[in-house]
Amino acid sequence: MRSLWKLTFTQAKLYLREPMAAFFTIIYAPMMLVLFGMIYGNDPSPLFGGLGPMDVSVPAYTALIIVTVGLISVPIATSSARESGTLRRYRATPLSPLTYLSAETFVYFAMTLLGVMLLVVVGKLAFDVRFEGNLISVLGGFSLGALSFFALGFFIAGIAPTARVAQTVGMVAAFPMMFLSGAAIPLETLPASVRDFARYIPLTHVVTLLRGVWFGDPWRQHLTEASVLAGMLLVCSMLGARTFRWE
Amino acid sequence: MEATVTVQQIHKSYGQTVAVQGVSFDVHPGEIFGMVGPNGAGKTTTIECVEGLRRPDSGHIRVLGMDPWRERRSLMARVGIQLQESGLPPRLRVGEAMDLFASFYPRTVPWKPLLEQFGLAEKRRTSFADLSGGQKQRLFIALALLNDPQVVFLDELTTGLDPQARRAMWDLVRDIARRGKTVFLTTHFMEEAERLCDRVAIMDHGRIIALDAPEALIRGMGLGKRVVFTMPNGQLAQAESLLRAFPEVEGVETAGERLIVFGRGTHFASVVVRALEQADLPFQDLRTEQPSLEDVFLTLTGRQMRE
Repeated sequence: MRSLWKLTFTQAKLYLREPMAAFFTIIYAPMMLVLFGMIYGNDPSPLFGGLGPMDVSVPAYTALIIVTVGLISVPIATSSARESGTLRRYRATPLSPLTYLSAETFVYFAMTLLGVMLLVVVGKLAFDVRFEGNLISVLGGFSLGALSFFALGFFIAGIAPTARVAQTVGMVAAFPMMFLSGAAIPLETLPASVRDFARYIPLTHVVTLLRGVWFGDPWRQHLTEASVLAGMLLVCSMLGARTFRWE
Repeated sequence: MEATVTVQQIHKSYGQTVAVQGVSFDVHPGEIFGMVGPNGAGKTTTIECVEGLRRPDSGHIRVLGMDPWRERRSLMARVGIQLQESGLPPRLRVGEAMDLFASFYPRTVPWKPLLEQFGLAEKRRTSFADLSGGQKQRLFIALALLNDPQVVFLDELTTGLDPQARRAMWDLVRDIARRGKTVFLTTHFMEEAERLCDRVAIMDHGRIIALDAPEALIRGMGLGKRVVFTMPNGQLAQAESLLRAFPEVEGVETAGERLIVFGRGTHFASVVVRALEQADLPFQDLRTEQPSLEDVFLTLTGRQMRE
């Protein structure tokens, strides 16, 4: 237990010492919100069912943070730790792989949550964004979305031979997803053909689920999203654990 | 006394490449045991099998009575390992690394005195990436000693260090052994093995070709000694024929103004010196050369160790 907490605490410090990782996790989404908020404002619009563009952007940008951490931070950090020989060194101690992966997951979860909290605070202060959901329900949706994407990230790190390959695969997967899923740009503003295609993108389910529970939808309205993400979490966790390599 | 490490007939191949073929040896409690040989001889594969980091294709290994592959995590709590290739997160500080690794073990010694002993006390807040090669190596040894291990494994400890840092490292290793720990090290520096180890296994092409105390290996080869000196050219021929008459002298070679006398026996050097003095032949820069492990390797394999 002591090693789990010490490793979690140490990795969290190291995460915050990487300026790029800290920027994209914590600063980037609130910054985008302020930028687009200044352009579009937050007046209610029929396009979003009476909600303002910034109201819907907060849960959507939450998905943006999740995909950035899951598909960019996780694969790069995990494969770099392997490449630098850090994991080799850990393996020469009684540390178990489960403790290592749990500590990593805690850190990514906490950092993502930190980014989301800042996003919400900025949204509230700058645009008085609306929140009509149940906190537990939203936390549940957030956890499901975040953990399933972290698991996918660990799997990418597991199969990529080098850190460079892991970075490329993660980015190639992440960037189209960001723009085609409604995370960066609301789906309502995109052509119908894109919206049809979006259903096959895992991140769309995170965006839909989060936007739903954010404004008070009950979970039974989002069983499709929830089951897709739960399935992804299950499969990717198994694959991630199977492909995990110390060296 | 039961052996600390027992290795019997281990084999290990990587695809078509045979790395280790039928290696057996014991490491005794409290000794400094060294495995020496050229790069690619199979030393690292052997030590990593013993550490439980690799699984031999066949053979039997026991470390402190445990099977290192099956009981790796229990074994790791009782041994200390310095790996040939490993690293730490670049931005992790020295003190943080000690603190973190201490949390991995059920029982540890206080880490601040360890840092002091390894000359890293004032580097506590320095990031791993900002340490010199020697400082990184010392940190890795300090990490390997955190759990007060019974056995310490050191793989190519001094590779990449300058001669001064290398000598300082030898003192640290002797110090570890003085505290009653068993040390198992690998090196491709013959001099290091000779100076440091109680017993040495010489490895070549995946096999142990000789195993004994360094002095015993050298003595056992029956290798001769050399006396080397310089002398004005005109007198070289006279000295050569004079020396050849002694039974202790086996051969004489000249190289420029230099004379190399080969021979054996405890009195060999004094025989040469006395003969030269009695004949009133003026010699300069006289030194005797003892055979080394390097010569043992050369005799056994017909090759120089250093590539």
